[in-house]
Amino acid sequence: MTRVIDGLDQIFVIAKAFLLSLLAWAPDWVVQVVSSFVNIAAVLGVFLVLFALISVFERKILARIQNRYGPNRVGPWGLLQPAADGIKMLVKEDIVPGGADKAVHFLAPIAMVAPAILALGVIPYGRNMTAFSIDAGILFFFAVGSATELAVFMAGWSSNNKYSMLGAMRAIAQMVSYELPLVVTVLPVVMIAGSLSPDRIVDAQSGYLLEIIPKWFVLTPWGAAAFLLFFTAGLVESNRTPFDLPEGESELVAGHMTEYSGFKYATFFMAEYFGMFAVNGMAVTLFLGGWHAPCAFLQFIPSWIWFFSKLSVLLFTCIWIRGTLPRVRIDQTMKLAWTFMLPMAFTCVISAAVWHFNSGGILGWVESLLIVALVYAGLSQMLGARKHLSVRTYRFAE
Amino acid sequence: MAPLAGVIAVSCVLFSLGLLAVVTRRDAIFILIGIEMMLAAGNLNLVAFWRYGPHPEQITGAMMAIFAMAIAAGETAIGLALVISVYRHRRTTQVEELNTLKG
Amino acid sequence: MSLLSILPFVVIAVITLAGALAAATLPNLMHAALSLVLSFLGVAAFFILLGAEFVGLVQVIVYVGAVAVLIVFTILLTRPAVGPGKGRNWSGVLVAMAVLAGLLWALARTTLPAGQPIAIAPLTVLRIGQTLMTEYIWPLQAVGVVLTAALVGAVVLAMEEKR
Repeated sequence: MTRVIDGLDQIFVIAKAFLLSLLAWAPDWVVQVVSSFVNIAAVLGVFLVLFALISVFERKILARIQNRYGPNRVGPWGLLQPAADGIKMLVKEDIVPGGADKAVHFLAPIAMVAPAILALGVIPYGRNMTAFSIDAGILFFFAVGSATELAVFMAGWSSNNKYSMLGAMRAIAQMVSYELPLVVTVLPVVMIAGSLSPDRIVDAQSGYLLEIIPKWFVLTPWGAAAFLLFFTAGLVESNRTPFDLPEGESELVAGHMTEYSGFKYATFFMAEYFGMFAVNGMAVTLFLGGWHAPCAFLQFIPSWIWFFSKLSVLLFTCIWIRGTLPRVRIDQTMKLAWTFMLPMAFTCVISAAVWHFNSGGILGWVESLLIVALVYAGLSQMLGARKHLSVRTYRFAE
Repeated sequence: MAPLAGVIAVSCVLFSLGLLAVVTRRDAIFILIGIEMMLAAGNLNLVAFWRYGPHPEQITGAMMAIFAMAIAAGETAIGLALVISVYRHRRTTQVEELNTLKG
Repeated sequence: MSLLSILPFVVIAVITLAGALAAATLPNLMHAALSLVLSFLGVAAFFILLGAEFVGLVQVIVYVGAVAVLIVFTILLTRPAVGPGKGRNWSGVLVAMAVLAGLLWALARTTLPAGQPIAIAPLTVLRIGQTLMTEYIWPLQAVGVVLTAALVGAVVLAMEEKR
């Protein structure tokens, strides 16, 4: 029975080993290259399907939040809508503005989607199921994240359009400002786990207290705060509402993507969603225990199902937030990053250090919780939560 | 593994291309681009000699490259802030026009 | 040296030098900045080829993610004239060629360690962290002070003057 469970858990690893065994006659480097290609193809295949599904689910969930049906004409419950969208995007005319910088205009979508796909390569999707297991995996993730900003700039500049340029500048200012909280909130996790490799970080969250409480980092005081900060910074990095001022329709048409049509626009769209998948996947890996089950007796369910379930919960939360919250102004976004999130992120580091220093005793938990709570309360007071909430008054047109 | 002479030759060419950018360009930002290229060439040299040197287990070369990178980033920030500040006063970044200190 | 082991080196070298040449000679500032990014990526690939993966990744984060974005932002904020200039400064080209010739002559005259490098354990981030905190603690603190000074200085220099 355990063999069946393990086989189901490792089904993709076994399939890949079988594929490679068909090539046993080939020299070593051929087997390595084919192995890498199989990994890449698997990751791309899974995430392209997920992208298609999420695009239709987002529209349907947003629609239900707004008390209407989403797309429901193409296929059962509208599930074939991505196919219709894909065909539409592919057959649209590709318009390049006359004064645009042709080479840069062409390269910008490619430069935007390549780092997003690269970032998907270091996330562990299940037991022994990381596409590329690098020793400094987290660092690689942030390195490719920082390459996205240049692509946004290329898109905005090459369109020769004031509004594109403005949108690109806002987008880069947002992305650069939120990189810091993103990186600093990962620091406590790396510190406690002792490694930059996502596989080791997932291993550090294994085990259960009393067989039902998992040892995930999100269930610690510093981990909960760090998870919230990381999730918010991830929303900003992917330019999702409520931080989507750079590409809001009522603000700047489509910001840096204004002058793109057809397949190039679809590529930008795909890059944004892949970025969202990558950041949420990393959040699952760092804080929510990766592919571990929440209770000891639920471990018979394969690890990759747990990973994708947690990822789905986070994606649903992203879509839910998009349907609920209004847009944040650009100066409010900057202020949030530099005056609130950065100090809170540093507090998480100190809190994690205190927790670790007390070797997980009850004093460590209490102290780290106190540090996080007191700094949060202090920052809220200092940053102008002094505005008194008054009764809302309405003015009607006479 | 790459041959050491090849890597050093590449870093020499990169350095002289950076020098070319510094000496022939008229715009202050181009000059800063050239300086960045020279710094990158120097870092490449450091890491190459660390790897092929007699004691690569003392990771001196890689550490020096990391520190040099940090300092280069700080210096670029200051240089570009200066360029922006000069532009605000003189409305130009062409270095030939920034000659009001001339006697 | 087999072809397979020298092929990555040649490809990365060509990319790096082509990017650097484009950055040094293109008249359009934006294209030059983007070619510079290409050459930085090539240098990062060199670092990874030489076995210093951490240094290569930090190169991407610091140079491509920060320095290149800074350069691009400055180009944006200063809007320099992108006209065809007064022609290339050929004496400058001569100087650069002379320096290159001198460096390559010095390279040809030195006897470099030949053959494969000494095999070492892979350079892990743990090792770098331990070395930074034990042997290089004073340079680390000094770099921290320098970066803080650079941060404050850049903000002050680029601030709008209050009238």
